[in-house]
Amino acid sequence: MREVVAHIGYLAGGLGTTLELSLLGFAGAVVLGTLLTVMRVGPVLPLRVVGTLYVEVFRNVPLLAFLVLFVFGLPDAGITYSLFTSEAVCLALYFAAYVCEAVRAGINAVPVGQAEAARAIGMTFGQSLALVILPQAFRTMVQPLANIFIGVVLSSSLGAAVGVSELIGRTQWLDLQYDEPVPTFLLATAGYVLVTLTVALLAGRLQKRMAVRR
Amino acid sequence: MTAPNRVLFDAPGPRARRRIRAATALSVLVIAGLIALGLHQFARHGQLDRTRWQPFGQWPYQRFLLQGLVRTLKAAGTAALIALPAGALLALGRLSPHRVLRLAAGGFVELFRSVPLLLVLYVFLMGIPRAGYTFPVFWELVIPVVLCTSALLAEVFRAGVLALDPGQAEAGHALGLGRRQVMWLVVLPQAVRLVVPTLVSQLVSLLKDTTLGYVVSYPELLNQGKVLGSYTHDFLQSYLTVTVVYVVVNAALSQLAEALERRGRRRPRADSAAGAGPGVPGPRAPKAAGSEALGAS
Repeated sequence: MREVVAHIGYLAGGLGTTLELSLLGFAGAVVLGTLLTVMRVGPVLPLRVVGTLYVEVFRNVPLLAFLVLFVFGLPDAGITYSLFTSEAVCLALYFAAYVCEAVRAGINAVPVGQAEAARAIGMTFGQSLALVILPQAFRTMVQPLANIFIGVVLSSSLGAAVGVSELIGRTQWLDLQYDEPVPTFLLATAGYVLVTLTVALLAGRLQKRMAVRR
Repeated sequence: MTAPNRVLFDAPGPRARRRIRAATALSVLVIAGLIALGLHQFARHGQLDRTRWQPFGQWPYQRFLLQGLVRTLKAAGTAALIALPAGALLALGRLSPHRVLRLAAGGFVELFRSVPLLLVLYVFLMGIPRAGYTFPVFWELVIPVVLCTSALLAEVFRAGVLALDPGQAEAGHALGLGRRQVMWLVVLPQAVRLVVPTLVSQLVSLLKDTTLGYVVSYPELLNQGKVLGSYTHDFLQSYLTVTVVYVVVNAALSQLAEALERRGRRRPRADSAAGAGPGVPGPRAPKAAGSEALGAS
């Protein structure tokens, strides 16, 4: 028990790595996911095909299988990154598919009349997108995106299975060292619950403030 | 593929059509270039050599992977059979008028929704054996998956119950049915039908969760891939094959979910006709249920 308490800083560092991984992965997923949405809602057929295929494939790949392929398989083809980078990239690539679905649903939730009205008063495509459609779409996306972020946080734990020293990896190490499963696992649980509850709470508030009555 | 978005575009005129044609040609070139680049990178490191792929065309190797797939399906099937009723019970608990039951079910659901599956798995792998209980490897994988999945499914069921028109329950009460009868005879059957597509897509994420058998040395598909990879020294080929198998199996399940959803939408129901989004239909689908709850898969 005392050893575990003495290593609280070490665990906190693990939580820091978890958060770093999650934030990087989520940011990457949002950028890539938005790009995929643009491809999928646009009028260019090959891009639509690629975007759809991407989402279908990545939603059906188990993240761990993809992570293992990335970390242990790709080096054989001369593609090597650090473990941390590999995992952040995997999280971004994997969750981009989910972000794409959320953004697409957000855009589709905007009534067609809104866009038609924007065009009718002579707005260009960019203007109607930036001033009318996206602001409304983002409001309906708060909750799904928060759910995805929580998913990223929980999934970042899979890094422990390929050797990334994040919260779970360090928990496991401490447990092997000092044979104190109860306090180590309790602390790790507390860490994850803290993060997910905070995100859920913030998202709930943000959503309430931004809600559109239709 | 999906048609161009109706919100964003009008029908294109002649100039826009020319631009679209140019963009199409350009994007084909870029995509082909990217594929060629990838193949070149693989070929340069000898990863496309025939000898590296040959094992995967031979029956003993294929059988080895198929055995893994069978165990994956066995673990996922067992977990689903336990988690589905458990999730429904948890949802009933959360909706129950008894405070203690509500708090207990709510605490369970919130805890296992906000903790990664891998942590639960390590508790079963390293924590519980020290307290003197050991499980066979199969259950070391299945029990954690059941715990996390049933918490997610509970939210799906609850969303279904809450999304149902309150008039249904009121009508039941008006007929003189008791609380329990209204729940079992009127609300639950309809709620379950509402969430069937979401439940099926949750099965995909459950199947993905079983890859954690890799961690507890349960010889499921991904683990068999690892063994095969170290045996033939062809990790890339082995993991790639395994990944493709997962995509095929899960895509089939997703297709099933979509077919069920389409069938559900065809029914002339006020609720599902409004179709908020994929997953839980109905305008009152609560925010708690995203179209699919994400586990740590």
